[in-house]
Amino acid sequence: MNLLRLTATEALALMEKGELSSAELTGACLSQIERHDAEVSAFLKLTAAEAHQQAAAADAAAGERPPLAGLPTAIKDVLCTRGVTTTCASRMLENYDPIYTATCVEQMTAAGIVSLGKTNMDEFAMGSSTENSAYGPTRNPWDLERVPGGSSGGSAAAVAAGEAVWALGSDTGGSIRQPAALCGVVGLKPTYGSVSRYGLVAFASSFDQVGPLTKSVKDAALMLKYLVGKDPLDSTSVEYPETVMIPEDKDLQGVRIGVISELQTEGIDPAVKDVFDRAVTTLEAAGAVVTEASLPHSQYALPAYYILAPAEASANLARFDGVRYGFRAGGGDDVTAMYEETRSRGFGEEVKRRIMLGTYALSSGYYDAYYGQAQKVRTLVVQDFEEAFKQVDLLISPTSPTTAFKLGERTADPLTMYLSDICTIPVNLAGLPGISIPAGLADGLPVGLQIIGKAFAENDLLQAARGAEMAIGFDGVSPLIEGQDK
Amino acid sequence: MKYEPVIGLEIHVELSTRSKMFCGCRVEFGGEPNTRTCPVCLAHPGALPVMNRQAIRYLTRIALALDCEIPGKSIFHRKNYFYPDLPKGYQISQYDQPFAIEGELHVGVEGEIFRVGIERVHQEEDTAKNIHAGESGRIAGSLYSLIDFNRSGTPLVEIVTKPEIHSPQAARAFLNKLKNTLLYLDVSDCNMEEGSLRCDANVSLKPVGAEELGVKTELKNMNSFKHLEKGLTQEIARQMALLEEGGKVVQQTVHFDVASGEISPLRSKEFAHDYRYFPEPDLVPLVASAEFVDEVRAEMPELPEARSRRYMETLGLPEYDAEVLTSSRNLADYYEESLGHYQDAKALSNWVMGELLGYLNATGQELSDLKVKPGQLAALLKMVDSGGINAKTGKEVFAEMCDTGKDPSAIVEAGGLAQISDQSELEALIDKAIADNPGQVEQYRGGKQQVVGFFVGQVMKATQGRANPQAVNELLRKKLSG
Repeated sequence: MNLLRLTATEALALMEKGELSSAELTGACLSQIERHDAEVSAFLKLTAAEAHQQAAAADAAAGERPPLAGLPTAIKDVLCTRGVTTTCASRMLENYDPIYTATCVEQMTAAGIVSLGKTNMDEFAMGSSTENSAYGPTRNPWDLERVPGGSSGGSAAAVAAGEAVWALGSDTGGSIRQPAALCGVVGLKPTYGSVSRYGLVAFASSFDQVGPLTKSVKDAALMLKYLVGKDPLDSTSVEYPETVMIPEDKDLQGVRIGVISELQTEGIDPAVKDVFDRAVTTLEAAGAVVTEASLPHSQYALPAYYILAPAEASANLARFDGVRYGFRAGGGDDVTAMYEETRSRGFGEEVKRRIMLGTYALSSGYYDAYYGQAQKVRTLVVQDFEEAFKQVDLLISPTSPTTAFKLGERTADPLTMYLSDICTIPVNLAGLPGISIPAGLADGLPVGLQIIGKAFAENDLLQAARGAEMAIGFDGVSPLIEGQDK
Repeated sequence: MKYEPVIGLEIHVELSTRSKMFCGCRVEFGGEPNTRTCPVCLAHPGALPVMNRQAIRYLTRIALALDCEIPGKSIFHRKNYFYPDLPKGYQISQYDQPFAIEGELHVGVEGEIFRVGIERVHQEEDTAKNIHAGESGRIAGSLYSLIDFNRSGTPLVEIVTKPEIHSPQAARAFLNKLKNTLLYLDVSDCNMEEGSLRCDANVSLKPVGAEELGVKTELKNMNSFKHLEKGLTQEIARQMALLEEGGKVVQQTVHFDVASGEISPLRSKEFAHDYRYFPEPDLVPLVASAEFVDEVRAEMPELPEARSRRYMETLGLPEYDAEVLTSSRNLADYYEESLGHYQDAKALSNWVMGELLGYLNATGQELSDLKVKPGQLAALLKMVDSGGINAKTGKEVFAEMCDTGKDPSAIVEAGGLAQISDQSELEALIDKAIADNPGQVEQYRGGKQQVVGFFVGQVMKATQGRANPQAVNELLRKKLSG
């Protein structure tokens, strides 16, 4: 048995029956990391010794096992972990050891996971390729010349490479779903407010949401079950209105699915479109009622996002000033010089670009034209979704307009890079749940199918995603996992 | 041309809640630096603010006391600027949708009551405290600065008046009245020295009767009543001189140097801020439901006006007494507690306004420092009323009570101060006085009635003032006539 192929759900069942130990599973992941992570670079920080200990403890524990006992998990380096360096892939936090742990990580730990370490990302979650990491890019396990997507590229690559059973990521404009699509795994962005953001280093507070990157839809549901909940430390979190269910093995009979027409044409790579169209046919064959749906304002979603998210980021990142923690550039004559040096040297190019964009958009005299206008667009996008959901239960589109692109291919052109998230961003503007599942391969590279649900209707979304997953029957794994088949 | 000053005040009040505005750290002045901090008030990555309910209750009390309109929903904004005492790089404050608007406060100055409109009352958080190493404590000339984050995130309420104050005296009276009201509300200790009550003033001049306001300057951190009045007086004089010379007032922040009494402009560069306000995405809107506001209204303490009215109507005190006694909540509380043990409201008022306030003024003490408990004051007054001691001795006993905190009975006993009313004892003393002063006896009998005062004095002298003056008087008249 190739342990690297196991989903979390399968591994749990085996461990429950005593046919597999956490030590074996954790050991398999750590060995795979040892074999391949020098090239993949999914991890920024490995906590192998602690992982071995946690696995041993999970195996030795008497009595009822915690629900996620012994599952080796990778954690995106945007989540604070007490005493374990948390860098957000930035020079700014090179030696920053948090004094507390993010609520979602606490919840996962309480549920019994084994933590393998912290994964690479675009600096402060700003990017779509994980090339904006101050510590070097992560590579796509399907093709090491290509990017894994981003910003949760490290988490997606770790799962796709078999280096972790599953991983935690965060999604502000597509940062879970797009890398999941490019790496051939499942990625879920939950409804805004369902998962606590306490301890998630903020990029754009009104968009950010933590979620799972997994090998299956059931795994995504399983992790979500232990992520949701009202956190007294996050005012924007809410009591999740229902119990998160593990989806049943059921087809799509009677499910009304709308194909977002605006996300079918412009900028979608023909090979991706081809895989997507075949997936649509498959869903219909599985009983889904597929129609066209329209989000008339979706063309404005991307520009609005690139006003609002940088505006919030410009304030969120102001705390990195060299005064209390993290990087401080010496040598300045006064505090202003220290700020300027620290922030000039501590932040990478893309982060600085977005701080500048956001600062500009909020400046006196420009606020109404930029921030104010973008907020109006946001409202219109929310209304578009509300209208669309009067006709259908779920909406679908490709997750990413292209498959994984080559390293360096888009780094010179930020605008082209921004377009990587054209299909995922509207979902964040509206705060809705969205999932990406593998839809097939185009030229040997994974293509993602994005399914969007109503707010707090993750159960319906996950059930349909499970139906789609079964119907599509994608069973591809990256060569790095395949290589370990006996 | 004749000019009149137009003054607007901006007051910051630190609330005396148990915990900070957006985290659970304790609110307390002083203490070992950086011991009351957490990821939130240190602005560690990923930390989020959570609103303090108690602060919102206090805020509501203030808004109600100032007769403000409370729109149902207000929101928080981020006010962005870089400074080492501002850990997040932004202050969570309120901007175009403040908690309360359009209030008023009535203030008396030199016997006249005037109304000051309140523009807005909103909630925000305090910064940390920069401590500049060096003798002056100011940043200029210091070698380095240290930051104490204990204060970071303390709930702060900002109260902004309309520009409707027209003299430094009135500004001072307003601030005094506001402070008194806040103390009544029990929402802040209003300690100006510790910075829990801070005041900025905007001042401009306009020709008397003109509608349009002149160019204003801002005086920051006028942290005592005296400085506020003096600073405004100086700044008004400076502007007046400028205008009379045909010059122009420049809009700027000016610094009032307390020691020299000089006004000097601050570098305008420091204040050329664009705060880039935008709605705080980490907090949900602050909704003050009608039920909530009613609940707070029901728990509002009695305010100075109402208390003063009650003193006049039910205790029968003159207006002056009622005003003085209710001028601070502490004093009024002290008065009422004493009144629980002693029923003569006016006599008590006389003692409190005369002896008690006299002692505090003379020694520079606060009422909270006073060693005499209300019950002890009441006991003293009862002794005087019952003739146990005479009024003059009573005042001396009170002074000793203030110094030692002892009970009046203990002081009277230890000092042998009890009043002498015993007829035979007094008669002996009177006989001696008459015998010793035949000349004065002659004068009295010759019709010079006021000589009786001389004999009272003699008896008082002989008893160190302890003789019952009324009894002495009566006995003397009898003996001298006889």
